[in-house]
Amino acid sequence: MQNFFKIQLAFGLEWWKFLAIALVLYALIGGLLIDVPALPILHETIRNLYYHVTQWFGMMIILFVSVWHSIRYLSNFKMHHDFVAAEAANIGIYMGILGIVTGSVWAKFTWGAWWVSDAKLNGAAITLLIYFAYLILRNSMDEEQKRARVAAVYNIFAFVMLIIFLMVLPRLTDSLHPGNGGNPGFGGYDLDNTMKLIFYPAVIGWTLLGVWLMQVCLRIRTLNHKLLIKQFK
Amino acid sequence: MIKKLLVFATFCSLLLTSLHSFGQESSTKVDMAEVMRSNGKIYVVVAVIAIIFIGLVIFLITIDRKVSRLEKQMDETK
Repeated sequence: MQNFFKIQLAFGLEWWKFLAIALVLYALIGGLLIDVPALPILHETIRNLYYHVTQWFGMMIILFVSVWHSIRYLSNFKMHHDFVAAEAANIGIYMGILGIVTGSVWAKFTWGAWWVSDAKLNGAAITLLIYFAYLILRNSMDEEQKRARVAAVYNIFAFVMLIIFLMVLPRLTDSLHPGNGGNPGFGGYDLDNTMKLIFYPAVIGWTLLGVWLMQVCLRIRTLNHKLLIKQFK
Repeated sequence: MIKKLLVFATFCSLLLTSLHSFGQESSTKVDMAEVMRSNGKIYVVVAVIAIIFIGLVIFLITIDRKVSRLEKQMDETK
């Protein structure tokens, strides 16, 4: 399985990197050109589904990778898992910031305000703050093993909080944001089949692009680590 | 190598052709960017976005390859 993801297609790059490029290009071109359902208030901004929503989907998948590796670290204490968890959290948080900023722009032109005090929006902000704390916690410790262990435990807590603040609490109250207030789905517009045809490939594409960035950061971190070990030999 | 590229090209073209396979009737009176679409200028914007994205990707590819080279050097000097 691991070798399957290491198969190189061209230029010494793995095949899924080309898949990422193709799918994101598909989302950019198709997402802007294909007809979308004509809905009041939303108008053409419904196309943000391919860009704003996909950032959050990608963030959740990548932060799940992060917490998965944190759990792996706690079971076998290999530094590699700590590195993956840290870099995945970095990219996940980055996508989350993009998601919250794009969401704010979208809100301004549909709901009329950059920010409204809404269960989903505040939940997203709290989630990001919890993950900022993860980064600060990591940087506050010098000793590698200790940092890895504390960060891994905190990461599990952070992911549980993410599920609660983004998936559970918004569904229990009324919210302007679609897919909330007792409605577990996306609301009306994802039911349109032409939009699904762009949306799901877009989710995969943006996520793979995030994984690509994560992999490059991870390799640089691993190189730094190896160099450090070499200097002390 | 060429075979792999061919498979990849086929995959991409399949993705793109799927764009044409569905049309949609507009039966509502909601304002959409019909003028923008009818005079064709939207394609210019799409082209610009695509070029910027491809440019960023090329940059990412060069970084990726640089890291690969460093990894190789690191393994050789062991």
